[in-house]
Amino acid sequence: MTDRYDAIVVGAGHNGLVCSALLAKAGKNVLVLEANEQVGGAAITREFADGYSVSACAHLLYQLQPEVRKELKLSPALSSKNMTTIALDVKGNHVRLKRDAVDGVSDEDAAGYKRFKKRMTRFADLLRKYLNKPPPRLGTRDLKDLVTLGQLGFDIRRLGKDEMQEFLRLIGMNIHDELDERFESPLLKGAVSLDAVLGTHLGPRSPNTIMTYLYRLAGDHGRVAAPQGGMGSVSDELAHAARSAGATIRTKMPVKRIVVENGRVTGVETEDGERFNSYTVISNADPKQTVINLVGTRHVETGFARRIHHLRSRGNAAKLHLALDGLPTIAGLAKKDFAERLVIAPDEHYVERAFNPAKYGESSPEPVVELTFPSFRDDSLAPTGKHVLSAVVQYAPYELKDGWSDAAKRAFKKTVIRTIAKYAPDIEQRITASELLTPADIEREFHISGGHWHHGELTLDQFLFVRPVSGAAQYRMPLDGLYLCGAGTHPGGGVSGAAGRNAARSILSREKAA
Amino acid sequence: MKSQPVHQGRLKTPFYSRLAALDTVNEWHQWKGYSSADSLYCEDTEYFAIRNATAVFDLTPMTKYRITGPDALDYLNRLVTRDMAKIRPGRVAYAVWCDDQGQVIDDGTIFHLREGEYRLCSQERHFAWLTAAALGFDVTITHETEDVAALAVQGPTSFSVLKNMGLKGLEDLKPFGLTHLDFQGVELMVSRTGFTADLGYELWIDPDKAEALWDALFEAGKLFGIRAIGTHALELARIEAGFLAAYMEFLPADETVRTGVSRSPLELGLDWLVDFKKPNFNGRRALAHEKRNGSTWRLVKLDIEGNKPAHHSYIFGNEKANKGQIGFVTSAAWSPVCKQNIALGTVRTPHGKPGDSVWIEIYYQREMHWHRKMAKATVVDKPFWFPPRRGATPPGPY
Repeated sequence: MTDRYDAIVVGAGHNGLVCSALLAKAGKNVLVLEANEQVGGAAITREFADGYSVSACAHLLYQLQPEVRKELKLSPALSSKNMTTIALDVKGNHVRLKRDAVDGVSDEDAAGYKRFKKRMTRFADLLRKYLNKPPPRLGTRDLKDLVTLGQLGFDIRRLGKDEMQEFLRLIGMNIHDELDERFESPLLKGAVSLDAVLGTHLGPRSPNTIMTYLYRLAGDHGRVAAPQGGMGSVSDELAHAARSAGATIRTKMPVKRIVVENGRVTGVETEDGERFNSYTVISNADPKQTVINLVGTRHVETGFARRIHHLRSRGNAAKLHLALDGLPTIAGLAKKDFAERLVIAPDEHYVERAFNPAKYGESSPEPVVELTFPSFRDDSLAPTGKHVLSAVVQYAPYELKDGWSDAAKRAFKKTVIRTIAKYAPDIEQRITASELLTPADIEREFHISGGHWHHGELTLDQFLFVRPVSGAAQYRMPLDGLYLCGAGTHPGGGVSGAAGRNAARSILSREKAA
Repeated sequence: MKSQPVHQGRLKTPFYSRLAALDTVNEWHQWKGYSSADSLYCEDTEYFAIRNATAVFDLTPMTKYRITGPDALDYLNRLVTRDMAKIRPGRVAYAVWCDDQGQVIDDGTIFHLREGEYRLCSQERHFAWLTAAALGFDVTITHETEDVAALAVQGPTSFSVLKNMGLKGLEDLKPFGLTHLDFQGVELMVSRTGFTADLGYELWIDPDKAEALWDALFEAGKLFGIRAIGTHALELARIEAGFLAAYMEFLPADETVRTGVSRSPLELGLDWLVDFKKPNFNGRRALAHEKRNGSTWRLVKLDIEGNKPAHHSYIFGNEKANKGQIGFVTSAAWSPVCKQNIALGTVRTPHGKPGDSVWIEIYYQREMHWHRKMAKATVVDKPFWFPPRRGATPPGPY
């Protein structure tokens, strides 16, 4: 192969697809190479038992950015939108959280929640504005950097003196202290705590969990939706957009290495030894995988390699899939409630206690769970009358002390099912098939270091201008021709497309400037 | 790394007993944990041993790392700015290494001991950086400062001393060459290297044989004016040679707090050590940018009028000291051998081109009273001291 592509994208995760679609739309000759059989990376729908399909990793849409939808003319079909979060109570006295209202708590809590959400949404909106642009670099004299930085400062100041102080006070704080000051309902505190820590190696008392909560709200004002046909349908639509724009997508083409010649990237080589040439290689893989395994640290400089090596990216979220021969019974739930998002986080201490063992490499004996029944309004996922349950379960540390053996997986699966059974006593009789994906499985199957959703912990020291690491915040790595476009870059994970879009824009604007 | 007990207090080098026996002034300082003599009897006498006879300096405290493994060459080539592929076994290279911003962390010498086996020597310790740089390379880095006793044997009669000691084959050893010899059944490594810009050697041996080596050396040197020296005499020779010292001509980049206080190799006159033909090395991107856009600082060697050493002086672009300050002196001395008032300094570009005149504001004290003088100085290109015998192979006998 002597042809040279304008750009090669390594990995057809959703960000890789967004990036390649936008580059192709701008007239670039783009090749996308995906290791797996399906496109979408961690955003795929997969059959896990005969006739039962489910979103294999990411299962809810929080934040597919309107900019991405508009520019790629996407309109993903949603089986549920604006989902209510139901914090499950064993006795059936559930608490229901909507965008700015909550049912099932005292009047004080209800009023307080409204105020809390108003403020949080205001802060999240501020953040959202910056999700969709490359973060400013610190210490440069680049006009764009300075303008964005100035804008950020101005936007924070414009909150007003009191709110600015509140923002600066809260941004590094833990969610537990804030919730404990404001609310009395344990279920309410538990559910918000869970939102703050989902997908991270953090507990509600860990600093920084207000920021992770804001990040979740920032996507789409806190709206949660389930895509029709599972998350794979979103990826399929993205792949369609990329192909229609002229990008070539080839699956089952694992990239073995990114080729560096004479100090610059010149292409990629696949596991089969096939060589593709391009002076622009954009990796949708996580920063560690890209720099350490695909490029090789010897081709970059020591300080950069060391920072990438030290990125924190230990996943903690497992995914449980159950094939059910019917809906289980949950006290206090109406049938239509199965279309909503159910969470098991009965109080904020429960969430913190679930996190405790994870610090020491053990899984939670009483895990927190986010449950959905995607088949409830989507009969493409299960045979008629039957259902699938898709759950995110924490904490299942990537580096389990004794490793994720089959026995360890079986034991943890049992623990999770027993936890769900406290609320849905008949669940066990209904299970006809099951699948548990630990972070170790997610790493293997989706090629994500540490099996971490965000390709790297989403904390202040790995956020905005220092994401993935300082000196490499704007998608262009300190190696000529190498770019990142995945969740490891700004702004982070979640099926948002923001990183992919920012990367594409960054590449195109650089070209224009050159 | 070999596990060793934690020492309390200053370490003594394997030559301590011999140095202490010669010592009459009891002036010592601490050098990376070791006691090191400022001077042993008289700085001037010690200095003249370097220039007129043979001086022996204990350089055991110098930091030494052994670098081995299949990737040793690739590793070093990524670490330092020069092309290490050109340094064959049996050769020694002066080198600098930089951080990602192209700022010098330290300079030192790299000994290609045997095929694929290297020793890196430097003033400062760098285990953390060397280890970080090893990520992704199949190399082993061993800190061996304490495992190797080392002596510098420098001066016009040094070749004759070593020959008289019975060491064979040094006639053919060129500057920056090294050879492995036998000393009482133990391997003795001899390199033609040093910190004095004169004829000279460095001897490297197992610490257990250190005292025996010293004794044999001094026995052989009796008629050649051999003397042990301390750091003060060596420092004067170092300035005459125009060599850089960490914390004098530059700060190790990883130790700096403020921006703009570190230096790049280009700013230290080490352009010849930066090989842009290598596709990647630490600091390459930043240095290429600096090469295109110009450096901020320039290292200058100064020949100053008068005889008042320009310690801690500001450098000016013109004679009026109230404006036009362009830099400062980093090392200064009256050079007895050159009969010159010399200094090393750092000035802002475009000042300080060879041949330029600059003014040095020198303060000096005479009977308690302070005096100030604006001394004219010329920027010179060549080292102040660089005798032909330094490079002569075979070296002439004395």
